[in-house]
Amino acid sequence: MPAMNDEEIPRNILLTTVDAVYNWGRRGSTWPVMFGLACCAIEMIAAACARYDIARFGMELFRPSPRQADLLIVNGTITQKMAPQVLRIYNQMAEPKYVIAMGSCAISGGMFTSYAVLQGIDEIIPVDVYIPGCPPRPEALVYGFMKLHEKIMKQSIKTVPWFAKEPAVRPAPQPQPASE
Amino acid sequence: MLTHEEILSRLRERFPEAVLDVPEGMIDFTIVIAPQAWHDVALFLRDELGYDFLTNVTAVDWPDRFEVVYHLYGVQAGHPLLTIKLPVTDKENPVVPSVVDVWRSADFQEREEYDLMGIRFEDHPNLKRIMMWEGYEGHPLRKDFQNRTYSYAELEPTRKATPDW
Amino acid sequence: MSVQIPPTERLRTDTIQINMGPHHPSTHGVFRMVLTLDGETVVDLEPRFGYLHRGIEKTAEERTYVQNVPFTDRLDYICGITNNWAYALALEKLAGIEVPERAEYIRVILGELTRVMNHMLAIGFLWNDLGATTFTPVVYAFRERERILDLIEMAAGSRMMPSYIRAGGVVADLPEEFMPRLQKLVPHLKRFIDEMDTMLTKNEIFRARAVGVGVLKAKDAINAGISGPVLRASGVPYDIRKVDSYSIYDRFDFEVPVHTAGDVYARYLQRLAEARQSLRIIEQAMRDIPEGPVTSLPYKQLSRLKPPKGEAYGRIESPKGELGFYLVSDGSNKPYRFRIRSTSLLNLTLLREMCIGHKVADVVTILGSIDITLGDVDR
Repeated sequence: MPAMNDEEIPRNILLTTVDAVYNWGRRGSTWPVMFGLACCAIEMIAAACARYDIARFGMELFRPSPRQADLLIVNGTITQKMAPQVLRIYNQMAEPKYVIAMGSCAISGGMFTSYAVLQGIDEIIPVDVYIPGCPPRPEALVYGFMKLHEKIMKQSIKTVPWFAKEPAVRPAPQPQPASE
Repeated sequence: MLTHEEILSRLRERFPEAVLDVPEGMIDFTIVIAPQAWHDVALFLRDELGYDFLTNVTAVDWPDRFEVVYHLYGVQAGHPLLTIKLPVTDKENPVVPSVVDVWRSADFQEREEYDLMGIRFEDHPNLKRIMMWEGYEGHPLRKDFQNRTYSYAELEPTRKATPDW
Repeated sequence: MSVQIPPTERLRTDTIQINMGPHHPSTHGVFRMVLTLDGETVVDLEPRFGYLHRGIEKTAEERTYVQNVPFTDRLDYICGITNNWAYALALEKLAGIEVPERAEYIRVILGELTRVMNHMLAIGFLWNDLGATTFTPVVYAFRERERILDLIEMAAGSRMMPSYIRAGGVVADLPEEFMPRLQKLVPHLKRFIDEMDTMLTKNEIFRARAVGVGVLKAKDAINAGISGPVLRASGVPYDIRKVDSYSIYDRFDFEVPVHTAGDVYARYLQRLAEARQSLRIIEQAMRDIPEGPVTSLPYKQLSRLKPPKGEAYGRIESPKGELGFYLVSDGSNKPYRFRIRSTSLLNLTLLREMCIGHKVADVVTILGSIDITLGDVDR
């Protein structure tokens, strides 16, 4: 029986950790929800097109249904009328899910300090990466994706929140009664 | 092409009490019409004078009155801009006749003025809020509405529990 | 044991109400429609918007005239240049500001480039709605958009929100690389429009889905305040560039294409034809552009601008239709009323009448052919 040479072994056997493979699979195909609110959505589509191709990250597949997606890119102004719908979409996504706040309006309301605009999406859902800009260039969005991938690689299945015993649905913020 | 004097004379002979004022020194030719007569004047403008394109319906909140402003063009006849203003002195309960049956373009814009300024348009087929949601309180574009930012929880009582259908 | 089926009485059917949007892959932004369907046929349609209402008109009353220029970029966010132009025109009319020659030519060049870009994107998104998803026509259109955006970035500094055209002229002069690059781009864009024409126009599936769908008659269109390519595709030769002759459009030799069918196919052909005419205008402007100053109102004066008391309505032919601004000034440096006459809001007036009787899939196509941008509808 031919013995296996020592040089063949590194080429045929791979030793790794569960965390590394798990995270590598998740970061290589983070599918965003097809969710475009305002101007930043056009830059997101431009990032998905030929010049700033995000298919090389495995992310060109925008899913119309939130149940099949991993990533919610909140791009554009969140108005008070639209905010409950964003929350519904976030709640419909299955874990593991990530949120990127793209653009000034999603981070903090942008230049619209008015009665109708929610000043930042992190008032109602937790955000993983903030990408400033108005609108951020597609290269900035790609950099934000790279930061998200770094975050994903650092997570470990021993400590991730979706394997913990916690409610998966995020309730809407309710007005607090006056503390007097 | 009608001159300004022609329009005014034809309007005045048809509707003697409707024309309230023709302000001097305006950049665009403006006629101030009494609100009660507006619907008949609108039909006259569209059918007899040929102003078939209502492009803009808006309202301005002055300290003593509301002013509902209409901008008209004649597409087929080639008329230039004509501005019509309706002064509404009752600021507690501003009511103006709706011209949706004359020019369909007034449909969404009158709803928007109802929503943001609080001016009611009589005989509008569907006078509901359009930009803000149904339970919202207040009329944001009025000058006494203080523009500030609200948190999500602050406006929660005005949102309905189930999505509106 | 066999079951006796009773003689069929008339089947009792019922209509179903479904909700389309605000999150939907085919609505061009957060646009919601409540459809009442009888099977697959649309019986009633109620558009509901306001999901992108940002309160621009109210916030603009607290900002000075020059601080409001970035707000205008974000209205119809695909064509930032023409929005700036409409605001600048209204402010110039209100305050009586003159514009130097070179600035007018620069405005025309960038405005027509924006028109070509918008029409390419409109056609790309229409095909996306038809079902050519995962983006193939959109990728083609965006490839050319990137080239046009390079030019706009060279002139204005920013890709999408230029804030370049202000009352009095434009912000800064064009850099030296602009003209040679534009001269190479215009023939390339002509070839690209011809390429899209060859690939898309005679497609059998497109013709079956677009001819006779969403017909809009001329009289209804005028009555409903519809403007732009949608109006001209219904047979009304009304182009504000010819009617009002604002800026220097009376010096250029271009046609206003008109189609009479008024359906989705006619609107598609209309946009292709208008893009070709825009390239014609750009060639003439490139040839005739003079030297000179680019603004009559430098920033120091513009930021302290206090127009006299009065009001003015200024409009332009933006790529989607008539975009107008109604400014009321009370003599201070902030506008008293900042009203935006929205293109896409009025173009949606007859959506219900256009869609009744068609199938659900046609609703998406008709909405795509009207070419709306929600930033303009909701402001």
